[in-house]
Amino acid sequence: MRFGSIIKVALRALMRNTMRSILTALGIIIGVGAVIAMVSIGNGAKAQVEAQVASLGQNVITVFSGSMSSGGMRGGWGSSPSLTIEDAEAIEREVTGIVGVSPEVRDRNQVLANGLNWNTSVNGESPDYPDIRSWKISSGAMFSDQDVRSVAKVCVIGKTVADQLFANSDPVGQTLRIRNIPFKVLGVLDSKGFNLFGQDQDDAVLVPYTSHMKRLSRRSYISSILIQAASADVIDKVQKDITEVLTQRRKGREPDFTVRNQVELAQTATATTQTMTLLLAAIASVSLLVGGIGIMNIMLVSVTERTREIGIRLAIGAHGSDVLMQFLIEATILSSLGGVIGILLGIGSSQLVSHLNGWPVLVSTASVVIAFVFSAAVGMFFGFYPARKAAQLDPIDALRYE
Amino acid sequence: MPPVVKIEDIHKIYDSGEVPVHAVRGVTLEIERGDFVALMGASGSGKSTLMNLLGCLDRPTRGRYLLDGIDVSQLDRNALADIRNQKLGFVFQGFNLLARTTALENVELPMLYGARKFTTKQIRERAMHCLDIVGLSPRFDHFPSQLSGGQQQRVAIARALVNEPQVLLADEPTGNLDTRTSAEVMGVFQKLNDEGITIVMVTHELDIAHFCKRNLILRDGVMVRDEAVSNRSFAASELEKLSSAEAAAKLTGAKS
Repeated sequence: MRFGSIIKVALRALMRNTMRSILTALGIIIGVGAVIAMVSIGNGAKAQVEAQVASLGQNVITVFSGSMSSGGMRGGWGSSPSLTIEDAEAIEREVTGIVGVSPEVRDRNQVLANGLNWNTSVNGESPDYPDIRSWKISSGAMFSDQDVRSVAKVCVIGKTVADQLFANSDPVGQTLRIRNIPFKVLGVLDSKGFNLFGQDQDDAVLVPYTSHMKRLSRRSYISSILIQAASADVIDKVQKDITEVLTQRRKGREPDFTVRNQVELAQTATATTQTMTLLLAAIASVSLLVGGIGIMNIMLVSVTERTREIGIRLAIGAHGSDVLMQFLIEATILSSLGGVIGILLGIGSSQLVSHLNGWPVLVSTASVVIAFVFSAAVGMFFGFYPARKAAQLDPIDALRYE
Repeated sequence: MPPVVKIEDIHKIYDSGEVPVHAVRGVTLEIERGDFVALMGASGSGKSTLMNLLGCLDRPTRGRYLLDGIDVSQLDRNALADIRNQKLGFVFQGFNLLARTTALENVELPMLYGARKFTTKQIRERAMHCLDIVGLSPRFDHFPSQLSGGQQQRVAIARALVNEPQVLLADEPTGNLDTRTSAEVMGVFQKLNDEGITIVMVTHELDIAHFCKRNLILRDGVMVRDEAVSNRSFAASELEKLSSAEAAAKLTGAKS
């Protein structure tokens, strides 16, 4: 039978019981709508996390100190200070394919200026730091290598610190005091917002790491080293080389450092949202399954109701495959129409959620296409058994059916 | 010219129940082109089973069936469907039109299946032509529910004709109709037969069988009589008789 006629017959059969068709499709509509909404919300959350990870900078590798293991005492990274400036210099010297290195020392201090005070994170960094983090200076300039060498009392401040201490004036050129030592403000960083862990990244004061170690914290160890690889292609090699250099410097002692690259960090950070998305989509798919069973149920009723019609068609020369196609297409039209409405409903409801709750929502083309194909497939799968039942009817029995 | 239907010692045994039912026990039959045969018998005589075999809806257990020179006794399901589509036309007792489908679309249906490919225009034209033959072309867009029983049966006849079958098979075509409408439908059959179409019909009404040319009587699955109809009825004269009888009834009705 011709495809056009089959579709016409199927549509007519569906229109004959409009209410029944709508109720049957409702199962699929709700299922697809739920899947689309869940995946959109999940994707939105994931995209947000990814954006935050990207804000850490491009191709960044971090070396953490720690991994203590002495006298039976063991601890993870950060548990013992073990990285030195020499380690950072060795990395810069010996590893190829890196464009920036910044040793880091951090602590919290009360910062004073203009008769105001503010507790903030004071970070010792190298001049490469803004480039590594792809962080722009909005006014003024970053301190220089010369400042690092001369242990200069200079700093660059974050947006939050600038707002808190220099509300009505330009901070560049002014002085603030950390531990009663005056530091000259050279520049103000662009606003960067919150990081993955909910900390305000703009709430910080950057000073040369040498100044931090010698004037403020008086530590001889640095807490971590930030390294920027030249490109994503070399990041694995650079990470391996760094591990090698540091291991060599420790001359057979157990490694007391951890090297992580940004990709790993991103994976860890998105793992939770990914799991949540999968879980929600799985729950939503269950309703799609229930919708499919609803279609199978109604198609079975339909086949029984139309036994005589099937008998007539078979008697005048329809092949079993013609009848099979007719019912299969009917089920598929039902489910894919449900799919289309469900997609619209899903997009609508996820937009509503994003509007009401302010959640980020991302409707991906892939999820829409997959949802549509899947809903059509559900119709085909659950329509097959009733359709085959119709196709295998005996024409004599079917014609005699009352 | 070979006979259009040639059955040789055909048997049908239903094996589904506890006891096998031997419904047709060795029937041999030839039907020439242009014949008009009534198949009669009491219920349980095997006439419906024989009709199903003739209509290629069922396969014989034993024996050979040559339809238009083709041995159809051992064909598979799809091949039989094609034979039904191309060589046979069916008219049923219960009309069996598709509900909520117009007369024209019902007639078009057999052309949508089958191997021959037509354009939409050809399908429409042929269906209209067949509706014209049975005198229903003005009502082509009516649904079966909007047509009388006689009209529905004429649509069914048009549907049976549309693929130009070798044999028209009718299973008690007048069973659900009153006397006058029965005569009208038989008139359509006689007209088609005059134009050369072979017709085989099952009936249990003797007066309907008299419209045919040849009567076969079946009993317990065996052919017991095969005779030509001597005093054949003709639809035109029968309808005239009915009209005058009705007029007479009205006349007497008016008197009293």
